[in-house]
Amino acid sequence: FQPVTPVVLLIFNPMLKKRDDFEDMLEERRNSSDLRYALKCYTPVLYKGLTPCKVSELKQMVLQSDQLGYVITQVSKEKGVTSDEVTGEAAAILEEMAQRLQLSTVRFFAFTLSKVFKTLFRSICINEEGLQRLQQAIHNHPVVLLPSHRSYMDFLLMSYILYTYDLALPVIAAGMDFMGMKVVGEMLRMSGAFFIRRSFGGDKLYWAVFSEYVKIMLKNGYAPVEFFLEGTRSRTAKSLTPKLGLLNIVMDPFLKGEVFDISLVPVSISYERTLEEALYARELLGVPKPKESTSGLFKARKILSEDYGSIHVYFGQPVSVRSLAESRVNRSQFNLIPRHIPTRPSEEILSFVNDSAYRLVRAQEENMVLKPWVLLAFVLLQKQAAEEKQGTALDELTEQAVWLRDLSRQYGAFLHWPDHIPPSEVVSSSLSLHRGLVRISEGRVQLALEQGLLYPGFVILSCASYRNQALNVFIRPALLASAIHTAASNRKQEIYNSFSFLRNMFSNEFILCPGATVQDFEEACYLLVKTGTLQINQQEVLITERGHRTLAFLTSVLDPFLQGYQVVCRFLCEQDGLTEKQFIPAVRKFIIKHLLTGRLRYTEVLSSDLQKNALAALIRLGAVQKIKGNNYCFNVFPSEARNRGL
Amino acid sequence: MSGFSDNIMRLSGRMLSQYPAQRDWDGKLTMAPHPGIIPTFSIVTLSDNVPEQEIMKWNGWGYSDSKFLYNKKGQAEFTGKRYRLSGMIIPGLREWMESTFSANLQHKTPAAPILNSSAVQPPTLNEAFLKELKSTGIPFSHDAEDRVFRSHGHCLHEIFALREGKIGRVPDLVVWPNCHNDVVKIVELACKHNVCLIPYGGGTSVSSALECPPEETRSIVSLDTSQMNRILWIDEKNLTAHVEAGIVGQDLERLLNESGYCTGHEPDSMEFSSLGGWVATRASGMKKNIYGNIEDLVVHIKMVTPRGVIEKSCQGPRMSTGPDVHHFIMGSEGTLGVVTEVTMKIRPMPEYQKYGSVVFPNFEMGVACLREVARQRCAPASIRLMDNEQFKFGHALKPQVSSIFTSFLDGLKKFYITKFKGFDPNRLCVATLLFEGDREKVLQHEKQVYDIAAKFGGLAAGEDNGQRGYMLTFVIAYLRDLGMDYYVIGESFETSMPWDRVLDICRNVKARIVRECKDKGVQFPPLSTCRVTQTYDAGACVYFYFAFNYRGLSDPVHVYEQVEHAAREEILANGGSLSHHHGVGKLRKEWMRESISSVGMGMLKSVKDYVDPNNIFGNRNLL
Repeated sequence: FQPVTPVVLLIFNPMLKKRDDFEDMLEERRNSSDLRYALKCYTPVLYKGLTPCKVSELKQMVLQSDQLGYVITQVSKEKGVTSDEVTGEAAAILEEMAQRLQLSTVRFFAFTLSKVFKTLFRSICINEEGLQRLQQAIHNHPVVLLPSHRSYMDFLLMSYILYTYDLALPVIAAGMDFMGMKVVGEMLRMSGAFFIRRSFGGDKLYWAVFSEYVKIMLKNGYAPVEFFLEGTRSRTAKSLTPKLGLLNIVMDPFLKGEVFDISLVPVSISYERTLEEALYARELLGVPKPKESTSGLFKARKILSEDYGSIHVYFGQPVSVRSLAESRVNRSQFNLIPRHIPTRPSEEILSFVNDSAYRLVRAQEENMVLKPWVLLAFVLLQKQAAEEKQGTALDELTEQAVWLRDLSRQYGAFLHWPDHIPPSEVVSSSLSLHRGLVRISEGRVQLALEQGLLYPGFVILSCASYRNQALNVFIRPALLASAIHTAASNRKQEIYNSFSFLRNMFSNEFILCPGATVQDFEEACYLLVKTGTLQINQQEVLITERGHRTLAFLTSVLDPFLQGYQVVCRFLCEQDGLTEKQFIPAVRKFIIKHLLTGRLRYTEVLSSDLQKNALAALIRLGAVQKIKGNNYCFNVFPSEARNRGL
Repeated sequence: MSGFSDNIMRLSGRMLSQYPAQRDWDGKLTMAPHPGIIPTFSIVTLSDNVPEQEIMKWNGWGYSDSKFLYNKKGQAEFTGKRYRLSGMIIPGLREWMESTFSANLQHKTPAAPILNSSAVQPPTLNEAFLKELKSTGIPFSHDAEDRVFRSHGHCLHEIFALREGKIGRVPDLVVWPNCHNDVVKIVELACKHNVCLIPYGGGTSVSSALECPPEETRSIVSLDTSQMNRILWIDEKNLTAHVEAGIVGQDLERLLNESGYCTGHEPDSMEFSSLGGWVATRASGMKKNIYGNIEDLVVHIKMVTPRGVIEKSCQGPRMSTGPDVHHFIMGSEGTLGVVTEVTMKIRPMPEYQKYGSVVFPNFEMGVACLREVARQRCAPASIRLMDNEQFKFGHALKPQVSSIFTSFLDGLKKFYITKFKGFDPNRLCVATLLFEGDREKVLQHEKQVYDIAAKFGGLAAGEDNGQRGYMLTFVIAYLRDLGMDYYVIGESFETSMPWDRVLDICRNVKARIVRECKDKGVQFPPLSTCRVTQTYDAGACVYFYFAFNYRGLSDPVHVYEQVEHAAREEILANGGSLSHHHGVGKLRKEWMRESISSVGMGMLKSVKDYVDPNNIFGNRNLL
């Protein structure tokens, strides 16, 4: 690896991060008529190159496009049916997919959501400068909105905000599962959602209709296109590895010269309390996800009529696809094939899209607002794992939280800690908002764990999901701390090797861009040196006197994951092969056994998310092999797994 | 000043001055304007007394007597008598310039009025070469003005430097061969004495092709072909004419017209550019739809190279004799030798010409219409589509109307188009048309084209608009000089692309120009506009015009070059070509390899290595 360069430092320096201020948009809703608001005059700024068209015209444009025409001819030849039949099929797909954005429905949502939001949330805070930038972006170029995805609420909330601020309403790519909710599904459609099947692997007609539909809406500037880079809601509050399909589609018009530029706008939505908190924990523990249904949603609404704190929505700096691609992609590679013929993206394009996706997810992460509770979750989980049965004294908790507050700020966290209020009050108000998860008695605080094994699981996974919100802040330093911990010496090269191994191991678990090991290492070194934890010279890495506490904390951040992956390895080593379906229940049983015997301290390892990530990582690293046959079998190579230091 | 004999020599604009008086003169060369422009004076022969004046500008475009200026009342005016617009007031130009560029008549940037000869480096002369050259009797000169005049084309940076009186490396000597054999002698002597030769035709290059490579240490000789300007014969049976390559476009047409013929090759520069230059750059003419581009017009080429003379043995209309060697010559940009004589196709002069124009609601519809016209292969002699900015520009160049009636009619037209038909004045665009042929067919053809246009929302907008559009072609180059008097610099560049990319390239390149200007610190929004100038079966040729007000910039030319560079990158990234007809020169050399592949470069290189191993034709264009 290369030594740290000044240019790189500039990029890392979290102190240089400038962030906008927030305004509470609910405040006005509490002081004026919701009805008048819902019926207000709505005249958003539109894309300057827009030729207005109706929903039905949009469909016609898709069906008549050269791109789709080409695939229709192809499919009709392959299947030996007339192209009219295939066109009919395409029209049906489009019918199932298409949105029917209607202002009246949006107004209805604006009214009802105002009521709902006011009961559920204390405030919805928006960076208004971000909205101004967005407005400018919408005027200049086609826009893609990329919100983080932690809740069902996300896209309703997005449209609600855009409507409130008189910005162009987006069309939103939604999973087909919403369609199950009959009335709600149709209403969502009328508020701009379009539905895509979760998997359509080899169906090229479906793919053609879908990609052409998205591209046409985008190119014509019909509306901002919104989708979730992470593909689905993150149940753990950690960002998920980005999915590339849609990003590839929306970048394509730029790469092929059909538009001058496209603006990608990362949006970070942070909930002080997630509505789905309990739901997610159940899911991760293997209680199956209830099928989305309208009545279910209403039931949920009843249960959830309590205080969910505030929401922070940060509209990030628009990212120009043109500048992303500059000196990265040779666009003339598309010169020699007619652009309407579908081609497999080249390696160059794929890696470009992948890197861009990681960059965007990191941009989302960076502007996620962290509440004091997130820091408390760190402390409480670590205490719990250390089996401090009496809990933690409030003073101590406060002291640790304040220490963590300062550390996380140094690492560039976007922490909303009210500095004008005494820390003890900040802590107690956080605890009271999350009273379902903690128990306070005689001035001592601990997680509200009851008897049995599953219930503590709920609480610990819920709590972990808050802690996870800040993992991105600590992950690189934590990897370095663990690398120092595991490396045989303090030689820099050795620590780098161990860092590189851990980073590679955990790249399914955290947002770590492939191929950026050196940058990540330098970033971690920079942060730890800057904060006085480490001293690094040409050859060696030395821990300073006051660095031990930080390193101990950072090591403990990664520890549950390390232990979790080790348990999964141990489990796999004992197997002679098993099917994909058997894996989760079996590993779960194995983990419970270890928890009960006390050989494993971290209940959160019960998270199926961790188990799946661990398996995926082992397959990626070649320690486990997936064999296609009558049934999917995992062939474990224990010796190899051991060789790799597991 | 100089005496009478000098004045005579100034007659042929392209050979400015100090032409040796003892030389014979055939008296045929005259300065008549292009046929598309109303002739104002016909034949001037040598025997007439020409008033003492420079016929061509030394640091700007075209004739010295023709230029735009703001008169005492602050109105724009075009001087001289040569063009339709000459002597007219153009009331809208000032406001257009002020609003488009935020230019201001108070802020002037006048050019250096006369060439300061002391700024010119003394010539590096190869005495042995000079001595033998003298013995051949071929006229030559090492006068500073003659050398400077032949040291440049018309790129922005070239003219800008001249206006500032900055002179770089210039040829050391100018020679004026009178015929093919003179050229053979000169090339032989150059080879013998290792002298660098740069052929010079009309000097209208816009690719830095005429710039002397600064690293060249040998004596550089500019070989001016202007005296080789005769039509040697006309073959009416085969409809061909054999012409010396130094002849200038307008002279060629006029002389052929006297016999009832034309070549129909009318590049925008035809007032000044030469036949040899067309061949050397693969030129394209406005009316190529009827007559073809230069490669379609040429039947036979004679070129003198360091290896000897290359020519074919017969004049068959098409041959299968391996790769066509003409294609090594066409586009060789003076790197292989001097084209001396060309046999060209000629056609009887058209019986009837008619201009026309169509207004479209927007550029997209206009392009769709041109595409359809090309699909049906019914393009008129010329069809061009201007975008909205250019339409407005054309409008600003309307001369003062003489009668209330005309202005009333104009108002009515405008009302009809914008109010009655609902065209957005900020989006509509106009196509100009030129039909040629016998009257009946022209009228039939016209109807066909207007019918197609109607399908794309096009409205016929009259002959006048069409004609003015074509006139603009010839005066636009003069306008750049006016802009440069007031802090505005600009240029045009061209490309060609498949039909399906026309709109994308137009949009992206124009936007790229605007963005680059902003990024590079240009204080005022630039003019960034385009037009489709040629249609083909499989694509089109597009011209971009780009200009900006450079007040507040310390190095405007550098900014200009960076923006043009970025625009070219954008063109290439979007599937446009490096050049449709301007050529590569030195300006676009850096993109040659990616344009034609390494193997392609190797092929061209090996031809150069064989034909001119000592790089006698050392202008370093192309490769």
